[in-house]
Amino acid sequence: MDTFLTILLDGLQFSSYLFIVSAGLTIIFGVMKILNVAHGSFYAWGAYTAAFFIGKFSDMGMPDALGFLIIIAAAVVVGVVLGFIIEQGILKYMYQRDEVLIVLATFGLFLVLEDIILIAFGTDPYFAYQPMALLAAVEIGGITRDVYGLTLIGVATLVAIGCWWLLNKTKWGTILKAVIFDREMGISMGINVPLVYTLTFIGGAILGGLGGAYIAPTISVAPGLGTEVIVLSFAVVVVGGMGSIAGAAIGSLIIGLLRAVAVHELPQVELFVVFAVMAVVLVFRPEGLFAPAKPRKI
Amino acid sequence: MNKGLVAVLAALVVGAVAFMLTSEKPSEEKKEATAPVADEGEQITIAVPSFLTGGAAGPFGIPAMNGAKMVVDAINKGKLPAPYNTKGFGGATASLIELDEGGGATKQVAEYRNLVEKRNVDAVVGYISSGNCQALAPIAEELKQFTIFATCGTPRIFEEAPRQYVFRTMSHATADNTAAAMYVKENFPGMKGYTGIQQNYAWGQDSWRDFDLTLKQIMPNSKASDNVQFPKIFAGQYGSEISAMSLDSADLVHSSFWGGDLEAFIFQGAARGLFAKKTGVLTVGGTAAYRLGKKLPNGIVLGARGPYGILVRDRDSVLNQWFINTYKNLYGTYPSGPAYQYGQAILAAKIAYDKAGSDPSSEQLAGALRGITFESFSTKVEMSLGGGHQAVTENGYGITKYDEVNGENIVTDVKFYPASCIMPPDGVGSVEWIKGGMKGAKC
Repeated sequence: MDTFLTILLDGLQFSSYLFIVSAGLTIIFGVMKILNVAHGSFYAWGAYTAAFFIGKFSDMGMPDALGFLIIIAAAVVVGVVLGFIIEQGILKYMYQRDEVLIVLATFGLFLVLEDIILIAFGTDPYFAYQPMALLAAVEIGGITRDVYGLTLIGVATLVAIGCWWLLNKTKWGTILKAVIFDREMGISMGINVPLVYTLTFIGGAILGGLGGAYIAPTISVAPGLGTEVIVLSFAVVVVGGMGSIAGAAIGSLIIGLLRAVAVHELPQVELFVVFAVMAVVLVFRPEGLFAPAKPRKI
Repeated sequence: MNKGLVAVLAALVVGAVAFMLTSEKPSEEKKEATAPVADEGEQITIAVPSFLTGGAAGPFGIPAMNGAKMVVDAINKGKLPAPYNTKGFGGATASLIELDEGGGATKQVAEYRNLVEKRNVDAVVGYISSGNCQALAPIAEELKQFTIFATCGTPRIFEEAPRQYVFRTMSHATADNTAAAMYVKENFPGMKGYTGIQQNYAWGQDSWRDFDLTLKQIMPNSKASDNVQFPKIFAGQYGSEISAMSLDSADLVHSSFWGGDLEAFIFQGAARGLFAKKTGVLTVGGTAAYRLGKKLPNGIVLGARGPYGILVRDRDSVLNQWFINTYKNLYGTYPSGPAYQYGQAILAAKIAYDKAGSDPSSEQLAGALRGITFESFSTKVEMSLGGGHQAVTENGYGITKYDEVNGENIVTDVKFYPASCIMPPDGVGSVEWIKGGMKGAKC
């Protein structure tokens, strides 16, 4: 029973981490049809910005609880600033180009942003352990768990509920769905599609930044951390179906839980599990488990 | 787009960038070592690859490069303590080519060929990653290029093939893990079971294999876990692995993690009480000792891949005190293992040049270094394995303790094991030696 509970919590915790990052990636793809490799950079910049300011404010003697506000602020600032600059400065000039070219452009941006991290923050890792240290540890299933790690499940749940509410219960969600369904029809109905694109990209970037900012207190924030996460995010999005929030949630859960089972029961296959799931899904359902329906134009 | 929004965003960007750029970074490069300048006479070029980007740069690559630059600078100026106080490398002034070791083995092979065939370097000294060293050893032999590996650990390099031009001036991973097992036996004789977490490549696999095999020999009643963890290198997230090890009945956790992975594992493990419930054995933990401060838990068995860094801070030899004081003056922190290891490799290059005479060939340099014994900054180095190409040194461990008075980590109960106790004799493979009961070990 202890092992089952532990696997469940480990799986949910890792799934939550995957979902927060991949939700932004899939939202951007769903609306804009852009496979954004630079999403890993939003994660890295979120982590660096949070770690930098948490460390600074801690050194200045500010209360450690401020770290939670910094995490949110870092995600928003990184998402808004980087998202706005990239979308307005580069991507908006490429929407009519081939999708492969846009992928290459975002890959180039990823490399540039990684180098800017080195210039801005240097090569030495940053530590932002204060928010994690602030929350006590609890005993669950016979082992100690850090409460901070468990809050990740709550954050991911809030993100999922927020996305659902936005898409299904607001006028803005209706507009988004209209653009996803048929961009040209949306324009003809008077929707300001360029504005929708800008705001969507910023929203996706904020989610990427939030993933990095929230994880920062648990890791050594070092150059290159965006690379690992983008590979996992792509696996999640491919499994769930590109452009589907529900798909990202289910994809995250499948990968997170299976990985946790592998770590506990057969650690030799842990690396293999993530990509085996992706391969199986691609064989039997190439569009992913929850790919949004495509309109048939006649 | 609303012009007001654009203005606000622009102000945010400018403000954030200005704040970041004007703020103090936690870099160890606050005080740059003076770059070696060749002003007169003969000159040589030494390429020094190290991790300058990526997660390994801060804990490993930058201190390693700093150690190399500091020692080269001192050699060029003739400021090393005796007996190395002659100017230059065989009289020649060395200039360094600093290279990033990141990007994987394929990239490193291409870079290495470029260094040798196009840039005509005289020597290559460095490399941290076992994967890179393993890929480069045959290339160096093919190109007949005098090369000294400084830090990489896999024993396979000199056990799988004889080498003519390639050297390694520190012990390989077997010493780290046989010494760790012996330390565990002496200090935790009641240990009943052990598990581990290793990066899933040559380094991690070899490290676990040697530790496990040694414990099977010297503590046959202890049991290895069936669920040893091998996450991908640079994974960064170890929540599930920590849970699995917490549930394991083993009372000891061995890890050869290094760089950012090591620090992330320590953070996550400490937050979940892993090191309070189980004894942690970190064979490369020395790099974290100065960096993590109070965040490094007490009671961890800490190694530094040899007699380096925090383990030898109290050694009062002239060479060691010169190394510590000069490094601290230049970079504002005590030198960790990688700084020592790169400094040691550069020192070996000087010894080879001094011995080989004027304008030596790679063959002459290799002949000069092969099989020698020399006193390095913190220990004696014997080039006695791999036909005189692989060094052996003593290796030691201690137990971490935070010194509240001085506000820094120290190690207690430090014990060093002589090379003859923890390394196989020449011509015998590590696995074969350990499995055969470590015959001939003089402890």
